[in-house]
Amino acid sequence: MAQGGGTSARSNLREAKDRTVIEVRHLSKRFGTTVAVRDVSFDVARGEVVGFLGPNGAGKSTTMRVLTGYIPPTEGTARVAGHDIIDDSLAVRRRIGYLPESAPLYGDMEVVAFLRFVADVRGIAPGETRERIARMVKVCGLEKVVGRPIQHLSRGYRQRVGLAQAMIHDPDILILDEPTSGLDPNQIIEIRELIREIGREKTVILSTHILPEVSQVCGRVIIISDGSIVASGSPHELTRGAGGSGIVRFAVRGASQGEIERKLAEAPFVVSVRHERTADGDLHDFIVEGREVKGLGENLFRFAVANSWTLADLHVEAASLEEVFRRLTRGETA
Amino acid sequence: MKNVWTIVRKEFRSYFDSPVAYIYITFFLILSSWLYLRGFFLVGQATMRGYFGILPWLLLFFVPAVTMRLWAEEKKLGTIELLMTLPLRDHEVVLGKFLASFFFLTVTLALSFSVPVLVALLGDPDAGAIWGGYIGAVLLGAAFLAIGLFVSSLTENQIIAFIIGITLIFAFFIVSEEFVIYNAPRFLVPVLKYLGLGAHYDSIGRGVIDTRDVIYYLSVIGFFLFLNVRSVESRKWK
Repeated sequence: MAQGGGTSARSNLREAKDRTVIEVRHLSKRFGTTVAVRDVSFDVARGEVVGFLGPNGAGKSTTMRVLTGYIPPTEGTARVAGHDIIDDSLAVRRRIGYLPESAPLYGDMEVVAFLRFVADVRGIAPGETRERIARMVKVCGLEKVVGRPIQHLSRGYRQRVGLAQAMIHDPDILILDEPTSGLDPNQIIEIRELIREIGREKTVILSTHILPEVSQVCGRVIIISDGSIVASGSPHELTRGAGGSGIVRFAVRGASQGEIERKLAEAPFVVSVRHERTADGDLHDFIVEGREVKGLGENLFRFAVANSWTLADLHVEAASLEEVFRRLTRGETA
Repeated sequence: MKNVWTIVRKEFRSYFDSPVAYIYITFFLILSSWLYLRGFFLVGQATMRGYFGILPWLLLFFVPAVTMRLWAEEKKLGTIELLMTLPLRDHEVVLGKFLASFFFLTVTLALSFSVPVLVALLGDPDAGAIWGGYIGAVLLGAAFLAIGLFVSSLTENQIIAFIIGITLIFAFFIVSEEFVIYNAPRFLVPVLKYLGLGAHYDSIGRGVIDTRDVIYYLSVIGFFLFLNVRSVESRKWK
């Protein structure tokens, strides 16, 4: 592309610009002397589902608060849907739907009354409000609780009401701060499916510290640690970037623990071996880190057969995002 | 303006969504009537002078109770983040909350109509003084509300908002009282006399509605609503 003529380069550039709905440049936020966000830059293209991943207090929420115009950045700029977040905050707020962390809602209001209030503020035509609310109730599965005060709802339902208010005006961009926190496993799955559904048409930024969530829901992950972006890419790219190493958990019998451990450590495809526990006196559980996730299971299987060990269990975990995350957020280089 | 009314509707309704409004109104009506009627038959005059004399002291406690929730609760529950990331201007929200509390106060004062009716049945009161008294009470109450609402925006604790609200309103009310004026340095006397919420109330209560008094109250309200907008904006200060 770079070698192409000036025209095509320019049109590529313009296309990229048209597709970019969120553009963050050198964003920093300090509270007094503490730095919450440090020189963060990234782009989000239309239709992308981007996950902010990071430990608590990494700066995920602060970044989202800046993008939604709740607080201004100390330095840097950001544009959302072509509007500057400071100079044109109202326009930005009109274009996005935002679910703040832990879904703060007006507890004394009934679900429908609350959604009507948000619809009014969002400038939805009075004739259309009823229909929009009905759709949100359906999409977010709120049928059972429409007439109840929000404070009497369970955590999961509250989260859904929060999602409903964020989507009621059919925004192009959704910013969801920990949409699945505090939910039980069934609710988490439901909300994830809902977000995946929404992500087909809309641009979504969500934050989480639950790792599987990112690989299941997001097309791209931005790992934030201590206020800075430490990695960015698709879940696949990130795990490959971590060296492509893989983890195998396996249980074996047929030799002493020490012998197995020694032989494994000498095997060419193994990086490290850790003995986990020994059950029934001779069934040894090991965790082996392999050089390459590809073929690791087969190699290990053949290795066990060659040594005439009996494999009781073998379980390959691709260099988990967890591992990448732990390394990056501990400040070590991957 | 549409946004202001949306906020007014929401806040006004939320008073009545909980038992709070009914408790406040009942408490206010019983206490004001009782304090007034206790002396009414002793004086033996068909006048509401006494009623309007008690009113500021009741409003001193009633108004901060009405306003303490409006911002402090939003901060405590975090709903302020939801509210301020909706496409609303800060001043629209402030004005909406103020007007909602103002209508609540107006409803409460209107419900005390049984007192003038009783007085009119028993004698022949000066209607002008009664109207003046009510207008003065509404203006004074509105100024109290603006102060109370501002104080509520400074804290996330409703009790603190209540106590500080009372303190600040009390301070503004008594600076024009005679014992303060008497002890104040000479050059401050005209300032204090003008600033005091009480002095203007007394003159309206006599049935003389002076534009200067009305302007005074409107400026106090405007000033504290302005401070309120600034305080809501303060989260954006670098």
